[in-house]
Amino acid sequence: MLTNRSKSFWLLLTPAFIALLIVLFIPLMTGTYYSLTDWNGNTVGEFIGFDNYIRAFQDQGFIDSLVFTAKFSVVSVVLINVIALILATLVTQKLGRWTTVFRTVFFMPNLIGGIILGFIWQFIFNKAFESIGDLTSIQFFKGWLDTPETGFWGLVILFVWQMSGYMMLIYISFLNNIPEEILEAANMDGASPMQTFIRIKLPMLMPAFTVTLFLTLSNAFKIYDQNLALTQGGPYNSTQMAAMNIYNEAFSMRNMGFAQSKAIIFLIIIVVISIIQISITRKKEISA
Amino acid sequence: MMRTSRQLAVNKNPLAKDSKHTDSALTKRKRNDKNSGMIILGIVMSLFWFYPFFLIIINSFKTKAEIFQNTLTLPSGINAENYTTAFEKLDFVKSAANSLLVTVGSLVLIVFVSSMAAYALSRNTSKISSMIYFIIAIGLLIPFQGIMIPLISLFGKVSMLNQPGLMIMYLGLATSMSTFLYYGALRGIPKSLDEAAVIDGANTFYIYWKIILPLLKPTTVTVIVLNSLWFWNDYLLPSLSVNKAGMYTIPLKMFYFFGEFNKQWHLALAALVMVIIPIIILFIALQKYVVKGISDGAIK
Repeated sequence: MLTNRSKSFWLLLTPAFIALLIVLFIPLMTGTYYSLTDWNGNTVGEFIGFDNYIRAFQDQGFIDSLVFTAKFSVVSVVLINVIALILATLVTQKLGRWTTVFRTVFFMPNLIGGIILGFIWQFIFNKAFESIGDLTSIQFFKGWLDTPETGFWGLVILFVWQMSGYMMLIYISFLNNIPEEILEAANMDGASPMQTFIRIKLPMLMPAFTVTLFLTLSNAFKIYDQNLALTQGGPYNSTQMAAMNIYNEAFSMRNMGFAQSKAIIFLIIIVVISIIQISITRKKEISA
Repeated sequence: MMRTSRQLAVNKNPLAKDSKHTDSALTKRKRNDKNSGMIILGIVMSLFWFYPFFLIIINSFKTKAEIFQNTLTLPSGINAENYTTAFEKLDFVKSAANSLLVTVGSLVLIVFVSSMAAYALSRNTSKISSMIYFIIAIGLLIPFQGIMIPLISLFGKVSMLNQPGLMIMYLGLATSMSTFLYYGALRGIPKSLDEAAVIDGANTFYIYWKIILPLLKPTTVTVIVLNSLWFWNDYLLPSLSVNKAGMYTIPLKMFYFFGEFNKQWHLALAALVMVIIPIIILFIALQKYVVKGISDGAIK
């Protein structure tokens, strides 16, 4: 049997243990040390204490990127989940063969990677929008990726288009798990579809929110590929997200130690947000 | 005896069928009225959702001048030249083969490594076991950017970049999630099953291989679906760890292609369509598994 004493128990665990050690835990430890040095990638860095952290909090570019990332995450998490719920509600109606068609179309953007999605939307915002602007002579459609505000919305639109279908699938599986009798009983009692949705479906979807919010939040916070392919952080770094700020500090400026201190700050923010989010939604799950 | 019971069954069936029939016919009619509206709404939304793809596809057949003039009209003819050029410049076959190798190699590692770990942990209820489980779960929270710099530095120092390095890095990054999923599934597989095999004299690895792994197939589907979408599409990690041009994966090659043919949209769009279409066809063919994989992954 697989007790602590048995060789098989440890043998089965060894590969996973080694993989986690060299890919996660050793880098986490060396990274924490690097963040306290002025290491530039080549020579061994000198220990400088918390200087990097102090510098990071004074680095306006980094702070701006964190604020931009937070704003982006909040807006896209809300939009993605609202749209995904609407799509899931639509697809779970009795639609016959259309169910599969709709589900496929809504999920499709999720099959495609961030880099390619970024280029697709670069074309839409730069070229197609320009054509619409020419056609209608409405100024609104011109130069979408040239200003911070429209650049922000460009990224949000891309990300909502990408993620909604994925979250829709998760909501669908939870909606399909709601016992038919409950819905029928509500129907018999004369509940309107809206009442059924708010009073019955929504509370029963609480466990789904734990998953979908975790996935959308962490994916929004960590976004890099889409940012790179759509705006490259421009104009003037105004749409640069935290991940890109860290990347550029490390691999363009070669300030590895400094970049790592930003990475650790970023890591702590994500861990704290994830834990808060999970504990809140878990609590709601129990009370619902 | 036999006859009466069969007769009873025969007598019972039409009745049951009848009541069900009228019932469903009634609700069906009621539902149909309501649903045609829903179907139209769905069609409108699907068209809206699909429109970006549509624009990319029609413009990929245009010449540079045509795209410059107007991007919203249909192309004057089917111009396949963009595709042949993009196919060449993208080194499509090689890039796809590289992506495939990295994706499949990493998947194979992850399926075995994480199912083995989850099996060991689920069959041992000691404190040490739950502590190890907790340590593995920590990996779920760590964002890639938090370890990106030291990770690349470490793998660079021991010359473990490019394809083998990528596979091991993906293994480490995906182990937590996959072990988590397998662990959830293993709790539903009764221990008495493998205990019986032990009594029959089977050793642990035989049980894992012959009994546990086959029973875990639905979870393996989930693990493969979730991870293959990630590995196939990832740009960030390959951009840091692939340093030989001959080993570029599709997202990498696509990025350099865009830099090289800056604003030559006719070629760029053909390249985009070329990369997207196989994935969409694959998805439609395997849709059942993908949908099930994602749904199962979320519920556990």
